Amino acid sequence: MNSNPFQTIAIGVAFSPNLKANLYEAARLSGFFNSKLVLIHVGEPSEEKKSKINEILEPFIKEGISTELLFRAGDPVEIILACVIEKKVDLLILGALQRENFLKYYVGSIARKITRKALCSVLLHINPSIERIPCKHIVVNGLKDERTQDAIAAAFYMGHALQSEQLTIVEEISQEEIAVKVDDDKSLRRATLMKEKLRRREDYRIKEILETIPEEHKKNMYIKTQPIFGKRGYSIGHYAKVVRADLLVMNAPGKIGFWDRFFPHDIEHILTELPTDVLIIQ
Amino acid sequence: MSKKQSSIKVFLSTLPKNIFSGFVVSLIALPLGLGLAMASEAPPIAGIITAVVGGLVVSILGGSHITITGPGNGMVGVVLVAVTTLGLEGAYAAIICSGVVMILLGFLRMGKLADFFPSSAIQGMLAAIGLIILGKQFHIMLANKLSLEASIDYLIAIPETLLTVIHFQDKGLIYAAIVGVISLLIMIFYARIRNKYLQLIPAPMWIVIITIGFSYYYEYILQQPNPISPIYMLSGIPSANEIISDLPTPQFGLFATIPFWASVFALTLIASIESLLSIKAVDKLDPLKRRSNVNRDLKALGLATIGSGFLGGLNVVTVIARSSVNANNGGTNRSSNMAHALFLILFIALFSTQLTRIPLPALMAILVYTGYKLASPKLIRKIFSVGKEQLIIFFVTLFVTLFVDLITGIAAGVLVTFILHILVNRSFQMFFRNVLKPNVLMYREENGNYYLSVKHFCSFLNYYKLKEKLNAIPESADVVVDFSICEFVDHTVMENLHGYQDLFLKRGGHFELIGLDLHGADSNHPFAQRRMIPDLGFLTSNLTKRQKTLQEIADNFNLNYESEKTQNSHFLDNFHFFRTKKVENVYNRLFNTENTFRIFDINYSEGEFIAKENVKTTMLHIKLNHEIPQFTLDREGFLERVYALAGFADIPIHNHSDFSKRFYLLGENRTEIQMFFSDKIVQFFESNPYYHVESNGASLLVFGKERVAGVKEIKALYDFGRRLREVIP
Repeated sequence: MNSNPFQTIAIGVAFSPNLKANLYEAARLSGFFNSKLVLIHVGEPSEEKKSKINEILEPFIKEGISTELLFRAGDPVEIILACVIEKKVDLLILGALQRENFLKYYVGSIARKITRKALCSVLLHINPSIERIPCKHIVVNGLKDERTQDAIAAAFYMGHALQSEQLTIVEEISQEEIAVKVDDDKSLRRATLMKEKLRRREDYRIKEILETIPEEHKKNMYIKTQPIFGKRGYSIGHYAKVVRADLLVMNAPGKIGFWDRFFPHDIEHILTELPTDVLIIQ
Repeated sequence: MSKKQSSIKVFLSTLPKNIFSGFVVSLIALPLGLGLAMASEAPPIAGIITAVVGGLVVSILGGSHITITGPGNGMVGVVLVAVTTLGLEGAYAAIICSGVVMILLGFLRMGKLADFFPSSAIQGMLAAIGLIILGKQFHIMLANKLSLEASIDYLIAIPETLLTVIHFQDKGLIYAAIVGVISLLIMIFYARIRNKYLQLIPAPMWIVIITIGFSYYYEYILQQPNPISPIYMLSGIPSANEIISDLPTPQFGLFATIPFWASVFALTLIASIESLLSIKAVDKLDPLKRRSNVNRDLKALGLATIGSGFLGGLNVVTVIARSSVNANNGGTNRSSNMAHALFLILFIALFSTQLTRIPLPALMAILVYTGYKLASPKLIRKIFSVGKEQLIIFFVTLFVTLFVDLITGIAAGVLVTFILHILVNRSFQMFFRNVLKPNVLMYREENGNYYLSVKHFCSFLNYYKLKEKLNAIPESADVVVDFSICEFVDHTVMENLHGYQDLFLKRGGHFELIGLDLHGADSNHPFAQRRMIPDLGFLTSNLTKRQKTLQEIADNFNLNYESEKTQNSHFLDNFHFFRTKKVENVYNRLFNTENTFRIFDINYSEGEFIAKENVKTTMLHIKLNHEIPQFTLDREGFLERVYALAGFADIPIHNHSDFSKRFYLLGENRTEIQMFFSDKIVQFFESNPYYHVESNGASLLVFGKERVAGVKEIKALYDFGRRLREVIP
C-alpha cells in the first residue's frame, strides 16, 4: 500500500440544494489527504455553472487544493465510470438519499449502479454538511478475505487523517461457519466451544493484520476487535448503527452476478440501508 | 466410561419413579385415547394403539425428555375429516403419508415451523377444535346421538338436545344421560377437591372405575341387567390377539387425489404444531432443565405415526396435558413414556372385556370437558386483555375453522394478523422491504453479556431469526435484547420472549428486554404488541416489565419512581459531557425525596446536524453537599466521551501508577484534583467496575454503556453510586 491511497478524489456535481454541502465535504477530504479533486458534471458546460462552483470552492482553493472541473453530456452512470478511468480516480464520493422523514438512508439507483461497477473506492455520504462533523469512530470489517488487509489499512489511514478516536474491527462470524446446529444441550455446548475457537482464530488473524499497519496510524486511537454473529455484510451495518459509528469501511464485493440482485448479500444490503457514511475499498 | 456408568446408575435409580409416573399417565391415556379415537370416528382401540406405538417408538428415538406421546386433542378435527372423506382405510394411508412428511420435516430442521403462526391464530384454531370436540360429543354425553353435516350444526343443535333430554321416556337413555352428567361433574369438580387419596387417581380414571364398578354392581349384587341402554355402551374393543390378527390394510387407492393430499397436509400441519407447542411448554416443566431436540422428536413422531398407521392407529403427537401429569408425578426421562405404553398394553391384555362396561356418555363427558378447556371464556378474556386486535384474530380463525376447515382457518388467522399489523403501523412498506433482512445482530459485550439488537420490526413473520440467535445462547448467561431501533414488536414475539425470560430465570441466567419503554401499546397486558410512536408523549399507561421492576426497586430502596418523560434536565447543564449534546427528554426517573440521588433514562442527540439516532442511556446523578473540583474520569482508551475536553492531559495521581494507567482523568484544576483523589477514593475506583464519572463541582454524573441499562445493571449502578457517595468527603 502506498503512502497515500487516495491521490485523486472525484465527485459528481448536480445543482441541487445540497451542492454546497457536497462540495465542502469533498474539498475537505481532498485537504485531509492532499489529493486532487475532480468535479464531474453531467450536462452542458456554461459559465454560470462554472463560476458558481468556483465560488463555493474558493476558500479551499486558497488553501491549496487543486481541482479540475469536467463537463460531459450523456448517461450519468457511463460518464462517471469513464471519468474514473480517464482521470485515474482513487476515491469517488457519492451522496445517499433519505427515506421519507426517518433517519434512514439508501443509495439511489444511479449511485448504486456506479457503486457496483466502479473500479475505484467509493465513499457514500449520508449527510453532507457545510460544518465539519468530526469522525470519531470508524468501524471496519475484518472478514476473511484477501481485500480485508487493504480495507483495514485504508481505515487506519482514514482514521489517522481524520483524527478519529476509536476504530473497531468487526469480525463477522456467520452461522454457516459454526458447523454445529444447536438442537439440544450437547450441541449447544459444542457450538459454544466452536464459537470460542472461531473467535480466537479470527482474533489471531486480525492481530496479524494489525501488525502490518504503520505505528503512526495507530497512535492516539483506541483499537478494538469485536466478533459479531450475524449475516455477513449486513450485520456489520447493524453493528455500526448500534455503536453509532461515523464511518463504516468495507471491502468491495467480488464480482456481482445475476442472482445477487435477487438475493442481496454483502455490500448490497448496505446499499439499501446505509447505517452511516460508508467507504467501500476497491 | 465412568460418566456412562454414572448415567446408567442415575437412570436405574430414577426408574421406579418414572415407572410410577408412566402408570399414572396411562390411567389418563386409556380413557382419553378411547374417547379421542371415537370422536374422530375411528374405532376406539385406535387411540390406544396410537399411544402404545407412540410411547414405544418416541421413548427410544425421541429428542425430548419428559414428554408423553399419543393421540392428540387437536388431531380430532382433521382425522375426522380424513375419515369421512377418505374412509377409514384411506385415512390410515393418509396418516402413514403424514408420518413420512413429518420425518422429512425433521430432517429439514423444520422444528421452527410452529413459530411462523401468530399465537392468537393458534389459540383460535385450538378453540375451534375444542368447540368441534365439544359440539359433537355433547349429544352423545346426553344420550342423544345425532348425525349432522357440518361441525357447526352440532353446536347449534345443543339447545335442542337439552330439550330432548328433559322429555326422555326411555329409562335406558335417562340412565345414560345421568352417567354423562355425573361424569362431567366429576371432571369439573375433581380439581377443586383437595384430598390426597382422591387425587392419587386422575379424574378420567375415576370415571372409568366408577362406571365399571356400577355395571358390576348391577350384574353381581342386584343381579339385574345394566340399566344403561346397550347402544350407549362402549363396543368393539378387540382382545390383544384380535388386534394383531385383524390388522387393517391401508388403502392407497386415493393416493393421486387432491382430498388425499389435503388430508395429509392438514394432518401433518396440526400434528407438528401441536407437538412443537407441547414440547416448548413441557420444556419449561423439566426439573432437570434440559433442552429438547425438537427436530429429532419430529423424526421420531413421524416414524411412530407410520407404525401407528399400519397397525390401525392415528397420528402420534406430543400431548401437553399428559406430559404435565408426567412431570408432576416425578417423570424425569423417556422411560416414563415407555412405561405408559407398556401399562396400556397390560390394560388391554388383561381388561379388554371390562372396558366394554364403560358407558359412552362417561367417555364423552371427558372429551366435552377437554373441548371446553380449549375454548373456555377465561381464555377469551385473557386474549381480550392483551388487545382488541388479538380478539379479532382469535375470532376470525375460530369462525373460519368452524365454518370452512382447519387449514383455511389458520391461513385466515395469519392473513388477518398481517393485515392488522399493516393497519396498526400504517405501512406495508416496512414489512415488505424488511421481511427478508437478517434483522438481528448478536454479539458479546466486554463483560460477557450477550447483546442482541433487533431492527425494523419483529413479528411472527421473522421471529424465527431472533429465536435462532436466542437458542444459541446458554441459558445460564446474561442476555439483553434491545428493541430501541425496532419499530414494531407483535404479541407473538412478546409472548415468546416472556417464555425465554422464564426459561433463563429457571436456569440461572438473566434475560432482559430493553428499549421498549418508549413504544406505545394499546392495552395493559405485558404481552401487548408495541409500536414505536415518534414524537408523541406517553400515550399509554402500560408500563413495560422493566418499568414495573423499576417501580419495585424504587419501593425497596425508598425512592420515588416516575415513568413520564420530562424536558426538565437543567441539572445536567453544567456537565462537560452535555456541552455539545442536546437532551431531548428524561424518563423513568428513580429519585430520593431530597432529589439528591437520581437514576434516570435519558434521550439525547449529539447535535442538530448529526444524522444519527438519538442516544438512549441510563445515568445516575448525585448532588453533593460540598464543592469538589471539576473532573472527568473514564477508563483509559475511551477518549471519545471526553471529546469536548480535548486539550487536557491525563492527570497522574502520585503513588497510584496502576490507577493512572487504567483510568483517564481530566480536569482544569490539576492540583485540586490530585488533592481530591485521596487513597480511599482511588482504591474505590480501582476495586469497582468501570463507569464514566464526571463532576461539575456540585454534583456527580455516573453512567456506563451507551444504551439503556437493564434492571440488573441499574441495581449495580445504584449500588456503585451509593458507595461512591460514602467515600466522598
